Amino acid sequence: MAWARNVLRVNLTEGTCKNEPLNMDWAQKYLGQRGLATKYLVEETDPRVDPLSPDNKMIMTTGPLTGTCASTAGRYSVVTKGALTGAIACSNSGGFFGNEMKNAGYDMIIFEGRAPNPVYLLVENDNVQLIDASEFWGKSVWDTEEGIKAKHQDPLIRVASIGVAGEAGVKFACVVNDMHRAAGRSGVGTVMGSKNLKAVAIRGTLGVSVEDVGSFMQATAEGKQTLADNAVTGQGLPAYGTQVLMNVINEVGALPTRNHRDVQFEGAKNISAEAMAEPRADGKPNLVTNAACFGCTIACGRVSTVERSHYTVAERPEYQIASGGLEYEAAWALGAATGVDDLDALTFANFICNEQGIDPISFGATVGAAMELYEEGVIGDAETGGIECKFGSAKALTDLAELTGKGEGFGAEIGLGSKRLCEKYGKPELSMSVKGQEFPAYDSRGIQGMGLAYATANRGACHLRAYTVSSEILGVPEKTDPHVTEGKAGLVKAFQDATSAVDSSGLCVFTTFAWSLDDIAPQINAACEGDWTAEKLLEVGERVWNLERQYNCAAGFTGKDDNLPARLLKDAAKTGPAEGLTNGLDQMLPEYYEVRGWTDEGVPSNETVERLAL
Amino acid sequence: MQKSLHIDPDKCTGCLQCELACSHVNEGVFNPAKSRIKVFNFHDQGRMVPYTCTQCDEAWCMQACPVDAITLDAETGAKVVSDALCVGCKVCTIACPFGTVNYNASTGKVIKCDLCGGDPECAKACPTAAITYVDANWTGLDRMRQWAAKTDAGAQAEA
Amino acid sequence: MQHVIVGAGPAGVVAAETLRKGDRNADIVLIGDEPEPPYSRMAIPYVLEGMIEQSGTYLRKTEGHYEGLGIQYRQGRAESVAAADGTLTLSGGETVSYDRLLIATGATPLSPPVPGLDLPGVHNCWTLEDCRGIAKLLNEDANVVLIGAGFIGCIILEALAKRCGNLTVVEMEDRMVSRMMDATAGGMLQRWCGAKNIRVLTSTRVAGIEAASGAGGDKAVVLDNGETIDAHLVVLAVGVAPNIGFLEGSGIKTDHGVLVDQHLESSAKGVFAAGDVAQGLDFSTGEYSVHAIQPTATEHGRIAALNMLGQNAHYKGSLNMNVLATVGLVSSSFGSWEGVAGGDSGVAVDEDGYKYLRLEFEGDHLVGALGIGLTDHVGVIRGLIQNETALGDWKERLQENPHRVMEAYVAHSQT
Ligand SMILES: Cc1cc2nc3c(=O)[nH]c(=O)nc-3n(C[C@H](O)[C@H](O)[C@H](O)COP(=O)(O)OP(=O)(O)OC[C@H]3O[C@@H](n4cnc5c(N)ncnc54)[C@H](O)[C@@H]3O)c2cc1C
Ligand code: SF4
Ligand code: SF4
Ligand code: SF4
Repeated sequence: MAWARNVLRVNLTEGTCKNEPLNMDWAQKYLGQRGLATKYLVEETDPRVDPLSPDNKMIMTTGPLTGTCASTAGRYSVVTKGALTGAIACSNSGGFFGNEMKNAGYDMIIFEGRAPNPVYLLVENDNVQLIDASEFWGKSVWDTEEGIKAKHQDPLIRVASIGVAGEAGVKFACVVNDMHRAAGRSGVGTVMGSKNLKAVAIRGTLGVSVEDVGSFMQATAEGKQTLADNAVTGQGLPAYGTQVLMNVINEVGALPTRNHRDVQFEGAKNISAEAMAEPRADGKPNLVTNAACFGCTIACGRVSTVERSHYTVAERPEYQIASGGLEYEAAWALGAATGVDDLDALTFANFICNEQGIDPISFGATVGAAMELYEEGVIGDAETGGIECKFGSAKALTDLAELTGKGEGFGAEIGLGSKRLCEKYGKPELSMSVKGQEFPAYDSRGIQGMGLAYATANRGACHLRAYTVSSEILGVPEKTDPHVTEGKAGLVKAFQDATSAVDSSGLCVFTTFAWSLDDIAPQINAACEGDWTAEKLLEVGERVWNLERQYNCAAGFTGKDDNLPARLLKDAAKTGPAEGLTNGLDQMLPEYYEVRGWTDEGVPSNETVERLAL
Repeated sequence: MQKSLHIDPDKCTGCLQCELACSHVNEGVFNPAKSRIKVFNFHDQGRMVPYTCTQCDEAWCMQACPVDAITLDAETGAKVVSDALCVGCKVCTIACPFGTVNYNASTGKVIKCDLCGGDPECAKACPTAAITYVDANWTGLDRMRQWAAKTDAGAQAEA
Repeated sequence: MQHVIVGAGPAGVVAAETLRKGDRNADIVLIGDEPEPPYSRMAIPYVLEGMIEQSGTYLRKTEGHYEGLGIQYRQGRAESVAAADGTLTLSGGETVSYDRLLIATGATPLSPPVPGLDLPGVHNCWTLEDCRGIAKLLNEDANVVLIGAGFIGCIILEALAKRCGNLTVVEMEDRMVSRMMDATAGGMLQRWCGAKNIRVLTSTRVAGIEAASGAGGDKAVVLDNGETIDAHLVVLAVGVAPNIGFLEGSGIKTDHGVLVDQHLESSAKGVFAAGDVAQGLDFSTGEYSVHAIQPTATEHGRIAALNMLGQNAHYKGSLNMNVLATVGLVSSSFGSWEGVAGGDSGVAVDEDGYKYLRLEFEGDHLVGALGIGLTDHVGVIRGLIQNETALGDWKERLQENPHRVMEAYVAHSQT
């Protein structure tokens, strides 16, 4: 019930596909998705493995609620050792792929080895085949998805694939499903590419059931009502999407701008949610509509168009379509981080990111770093292949998006990610990253808790591991002062643990704007066997967090890697409410280790390991 | 006054809660593949369109059925398939010009919307009121009706 | 007004009901020559399969349905019609007079011109009586030979295959269901049957059936290539011909079937025809032909009745369409599936997956289709064809990927 209790193990080297029962003891301890797949990865692989070697494994995984009618319950994650970071990676995606996988009867698909030649996996319930992918290799995500549907004559097949970037080894390639939903971060698509796995195509018609239907229908109905009644999930997100944050974060002086040189972007309003709703030259706004992922009653997704006469699409009718529009993180990375405020250029670059499967956050942030290298004269036209790579250049942004999407020219260097790029040119301090992964859209000088969240995030800099913005800026669940460090260690831990639990359930973390674990627990409890209280979920979350940490420690990370770039620790914010502030990581980190029950070196203590039964 | 499902595609977000509700009430599991209502996603236009049987007056499915397995529910106006009588010949699936009767290979019978006996689950599940259950003459089904009339091999009563 | 309907199959029954709906007072007489209550022959395969009882084939399931509607259902066989007098004669000599007559006598199976058809255990599969005969010999040890793999043959094939030990199918055309399928589809079907251990011999004729005494059955089917196949049961399905014999000398014009105009009225005023017996307007070709399918029969029945009521229902022609399952593989065809001169097509073939969809266009209209393995929303193909929907730029998309046909439909009807 809820779990399909079934794992599909695909050995790409051997070309075999086998079913095995899901380890239900682990399911009770790690719930599903992020937690459970991490457990499998930890048990089955050496943490020191080269992420791109056949010995690394890649797990596509659903949660127990995936495929049910709980709001947002369509999520799946890709768990592996990240190509960008060398740390544990878990990238979560919505769309409709996760529910299809569950409907086909699988909690997880574990990919091992490397196929001798490009292949894709076709799953039609229990009919599973690895098929030669030579006709799709070299094609974009969009062409692959359409091609597979046409080839197998079923428009209802759901596809998760990599674009050319993932084939070409771009370090922040993602796995894209349903045309523009992505397991985006840490280079999980790069790992998929290294396995010669082009796509996973699924059609599932078996159905998903839950343990106690009556209670489940009631609990999920109450949950949906709570989401509908909440101002953020009921109104803000559907109307404006996450982009509602652009002006807010800019005003609080936490919008990292031009590779974090500044904390406010003068062009923010031009790339905001409000701008997306403004009619353009063609009389239509950028935003066509909002759209939901499977089962989601929030529907924050954006569907956008590029204005038809814009230089990027004027001669290219294939891009004169509606497609996945800008989310806040993407708008920030493609815009503020590069100083570009041309909304159409950003939207186009975002299309390309989806089309070729690259993470817009790492891409935009790396372009930002390259622009700084260029402006400082560290690199020039010789390196960029003639692209005038200056802050604010929309043309540089869109050209680099296309090159990076294909891993060509200077795009191949952007595709290294900012850490490797800046190291290559002798300026490691210009990479705005932690554990090799670029920051998302919140400047930790203006939102102190995020500094700690970034520094300690197991998959490298990430907002989705502990979104303290919620508390520090939006006041959910309660308002804390973004400029102080006190209390942030506990706050970060609480967010990290709760989020780990949500990421293990099949639900979307955006529900937590309205839901606490008290809202989520009854839904899981009704769906799954076992007793699932909010306390138990929090414990699962903490267990998952520590398991990931142990993996990273074994992979060679130490407390020294829980750090921020000097720019954030030494160069004070120049403007805005946080003017004069740097991030106070050194005040928060020791306390964090303490509340975590970790040693001074940041290693989970024996006591903690025992307490969590790891 | 009989009621109909009124669908407003502009409000649809494509979340498939209707498909989940429909499959749950009819099949006992969450399984969009077995839903009587289907949401079509025109992704390059950003349009989502929920679509199911309109319980059309012509009732092509009912007329074509060789064994009287589809009957009219006088109360709701729904054309209802009887699992006990249906032999799975699929004639109704080609007869319905709206494509809203589908063959379910796992049971060997066909499935179509029965208006949930007058309490449509899909409408209740829709978070945006894109699907509502309203008085029949409010539904603006005219377009569907026009379409249905065109399919009719014999336009009626010219005299 | 006295309405008389000869033939109590689907066409006749729908006509009778439509008449009653339109006129509360009319006298409606429905005459059928079979011993059972009005039933649907196309449900016979499901009786053979064991899915339903014989009563499951009855066209109407409520007790007293016809009496309740004031329809006089009576047994009898029409021997002749005198259109000039407005009378018909039943076997036994009784005359019945009418103001309006509907001929809905259906069709009769054809026999191949070979010896041995009168041997016991050689059956058509057309009536419930045939069905009972077949059922007696059908068991898991039976060797069965099915002669004819046309549309109806293939439907019977499914039922026989489920119940018998060993099935061989003999078809003289070069492929299965040649009238509703092209070589690709027919070939796919044949491969599929082969994979299910059903031997299908195409381009093969039966030379005769002989009595035999082998372990394989009491009959031997002799093929034109000299091979003989032992059988306990031989089922014939080589085609049908409209039941028009009794109209000879009636003054009603016939060709293959009863010739009718766009009101389904025959050459004799006040005499209409419907169903398998009628040579009616074909929506696709604009010509008059016998369809011999269920949807056309009920459509005819309804429209003929409207005209009998004087409603002047103008008939735009029926779309020839079929759907069938052959040991689980669903196929369907619509209208001009072979394409039209100067038209375009959109084709998707997946030989390994047993999936096939062929769409045929004239200008930007869909005019025909052929599908294998297609079960979702197939009806819209009918809708698009019969509405003559101008597909615009969707035509190109459908040529690229014909499986987007439901999207094309929704895009045209809903947006
Ligand atoms: C095994 C089988 C499977 C089939 N499968 C399908 C299918 O899947 N899809 C499909 O579309 N079609 C199918 N058909 C064809 C379909 O059954 C016929 O098209 C349909 O029955 C035609 O209806 P009708 O009313 O015109 O004729 P009929 O059903 O043949 O009814 C005519 C009636 O008139 C009677 N009659 C004949 N002469 C006289 C007379 N002189 N006096 C009185 N009564 C008379 C006959 O005995 C008969 O009862 C199938 C047929 C068979 C046999
Ligand atoms: S299934 Fe089709 S033919 Fe039947 S009532 Fe619904 S729309 Fe009409
Ligand atoms: S499939 Fe069932 S409901 Fe449809 S026409 Fe055949 S018997 Fe009737
Ligand atoms: S009314 Fe009921 S049966 Fe019809 S589509 Fe809605 S949920 Fe399904």
